[in-house]
Amino acid sequence: MDRVDSLDKFSALQSRLVAALDPGSPTIVVPAGTCGQVSGANELVRRARQVLLERNLAERVRLRVTGCHGFCEMEPSVLIEPEGTFYPKVNPADMARIVEAVADGAVVEDLLFLEPATGARVRKQADLPFFRKQVRTILSRNEKVDPTRLDSYIENGGYSALARALRQGDPRWVVDEVRASGLRGRGGAGFPTGLKWQRLAEQPNGRGKFIVCNADEGDPGAYMDRSVLEGNPHSIIEGMVIGAYGTGATEGIVYVRNEYPLAVKHLAAALQQARELGILGRDILGTGFSFDIRMVKGAGAFVCGEETALLRSIEGLMGEPRQRPPFPVQKGIAGKPTAINNVETWANVPIIIQEGGDKFAKIGTPNNTGTKIFSLVGKVRNTGLIEVPMGITIREIISDIGGGPSGKVPVKAVQTGGPSGGCIPVERFDLPIDYDSLTKAGSIMGSGGMIVMDENTCMVDVAKYFTNFLKDESCGKCFTCRKGTQRMHEILDGVSKGEGGPEQLDLLEELALVVKDTTMCGLGQTAPNPVLSTLRYFRQEYLEHIEGRRCRAGVCKELITYSINEQCTGCRACVKACPQGAITGTRKERHTIAAAQCIKCGACRSVCQFDAVDVT
Amino acid sequence: MINLAINGLPVSVEAGTTLLEAARFVGFPIPTLCHMDGLSPYGACRLCVVEIGDGPRARLVSSCTYPAEEGLKVRTASSRVVRARRMVIELLLASCPQSKVIQDLASAHGVRQQRFKQEHEDCILCGLCVRMCEEQMMAKAIGFRGRGEKRSIGTPFDVKSDLCRLCGGCMYVCPACQLRCTYTEPEKAICGGCANLAPPCLEKEQFDDLMCYMDPCVACEIRKDR
Repeated sequence: MDRVDSLDKFSALQSRLVAALDPGSPTIVVPAGTCGQVSGANELVRRARQVLLERNLAERVRLRVTGCHGFCEMEPSVLIEPEGTFYPKVNPADMARIVEAVADGAVVEDLLFLEPATGARVRKQADLPFFRKQVRTILSRNEKVDPTRLDSYIENGGYSALARALRQGDPRWVVDEVRASGLRGRGGAGFPTGLKWQRLAEQPNGRGKFIVCNADEGDPGAYMDRSVLEGNPHSIIEGMVIGAYGTGATEGIVYVRNEYPLAVKHLAAALQQARELGILGRDILGTGFSFDIRMVKGAGAFVCGEETALLRSIEGLMGEPRQRPPFPVQKGIAGKPTAINNVETWANVPIIIQEGGDKFAKIGTPNNTGTKIFSLVGKVRNTGLIEVPMGITIREIISDIGGGPSGKVPVKAVQTGGPSGGCIPVERFDLPIDYDSLTKAGSIMGSGGMIVMDENTCMVDVAKYFTNFLKDESCGKCFTCRKGTQRMHEILDGVSKGEGGPEQLDLLEELALVVKDTTMCGLGQTAPNPVLSTLRYFRQEYLEHIEGRRCRAGVCKELITYSINEQCTGCRACVKACPQGAITGTRKERHTIAAAQCIKCGACRSVCQFDAVDVT
Repeated sequence: MINLAINGLPVSVEAGTTLLEAARFVGFPIPTLCHMDGLSPYGACRLCVVEIGDGPRARLVSSCTYPAEEGLKVRTASSRVVRARRMVIELLLASCPQSKVIQDLASAHGVRQQRFKQEHEDCILCGLCVRMCEEQMMAKAIGFRGRGEKRSIGTPFDVKSDLCRLCGGCMYVCPACQLRCTYTEPEKAICGGCANLAPPCLEKEQFDDLMCYMDPCVACEIRKDR
């Protein structure tokens, strides 16, 4: 693409691209983010191309490969535009039928989504319960844009927010709009973005300023940032260029984890395209404003998501947080003022500038504006990425969007905010999701992980899992964080084995409070949250482990025994599955498990079709 | 000058002064482990925490790294501080019971018990040796490796660094491991300075400007006698 050297030429290019679009032409959209590709989206694309070429349909039916749309449970899926027909879990063998139906303007009824509650077929994506309650301002762009093509982004209104900001000719206008929007940092802490930008803008611009996009998403089970980077890398670039214009930053850095190869690939291509078009580099769109972005790949330390550790990592040092103040906005990379925002925050910026800060502020609740993407995972029927307005209740998310529990047992709690977050019990599911109420409930917003747990989840085991993660991922600088997480894990491990007495719980709580109080960075200060929140809401379960030597969820191996009840038909399935040879019994008679040999792996229970294996 | 209040006492200090320096200047004692005059502040041991701010926004910060701010209210011995400090000492004692420095701290702060599983580690990762090596001995021979519970101090690949002059400065400053010596495995030795019989003197013949904290060194005397 040729370099565009003025705002007018850019607008002309955009109108030319939009005019060439025919909104009515049938299009097959295949979401192929990392999640889609793993479940087989590439094969669907290959089949679709083949059929289109074989039947000479390539002129009439278009094919678009996009990033993740969010409904990961149903991937690989296919979306048909303009009607919005949705085909879940498509088998490559069925692709030919779908392509032909699209060419004829028909629908393949038997491949449509089957609503489990009513047994009815649902045709349109917008009518699916998963999508109905969502407000998808960021994720809906993932559906429209082919992340590898700059044309595709521009024809969907891309970079027009940047053009609008540049036309205003006043950097202060940008900062004011972002302040008016009330946008708060989506990385978890919820610091007002506009305020951060204003402080950066106020810094003297002697030797340059930096803005950083934090794409070091490390929470287990969270992948919002990945899907935005993979599905719409230009929106991040646009957000950063707008941010640079507003704050006077001279250099941008995207710190992305190297474990996201597709995101790295798409972002690298997008940076190159933007540079060729004249969106990045010297004299952007002929306005005399210069700014460039480079990518730094992280080496996989969770703590590098913390802003001061991230800065050190960018400088090539060990990822280790340092004392704030001085804040990065005063002294950041190489001592220069630096503002760090999360991927999702940057993705919100073009929307705010395009639609206006006041309009953005109307979504959500006062002081918690806009939408937030969550990755809804765990024991819930519809897993995937959801984008909801702030202030929606947990119950709405889990029951309406998530479709309730995935198994037969009811939901017990939800864990928000990744390893540093806390567990919220089902009694408090009417809690609105926003920064302040989650913090009050003992959890955090975090970057947006949401893990649903049912009655088969042991809360002691959950706390133990997260402290185990944190004791490995703490940088180890602060003694209380390093040793505190180790000691918390040690005590929790004891509890899960039924060791010790109730005084262990008091010690655990005392230690957790001190760790929260005395560590330097956000990782340590939030590390005790999984322990404190489970102790607060599920203390009874802890006591059962210690006093009754019982794990009601049947998870803690030291406290459970496997046995076979009278439901057993003697089918011998469990005998074959047992890796220890601990199950004996003759065909068509009730089997028995030898407790001495049993390693409590649960293999017998998962193969049994008659619910004959009990865990007590 | 910056004006702040420490335990209600108005204090004015120069910009860039840390809370620890300010408190010690007016005579409020704050225990430290990873702090040493002449080395840059690090904030690893968390013993020196003090409480700043009011009401719900009050929080604990490490006084050795936190710069004095205008109007700041600092409490160096509030109940919250004391509780945290005693837990830190208890944790230290549980990891490193043989260190005299830590035993003295426990005694001074009335920590009489230790409720965790006893360990016998010989390093609390305070980083004094790393900073000593880099900032005073100008060597950068040792550094931190790994993270979380695998964090340790050493040289890359456990091979003795060419930058190490066997000065022994690292051992001199160590609060926990005065007696740690890996001389039996010289390849893995951090400094080898404890080998006060031969190596410093052997090396000294090759390096005129060798800084040796053991000077005057018994080993040299022994050698001369031969």
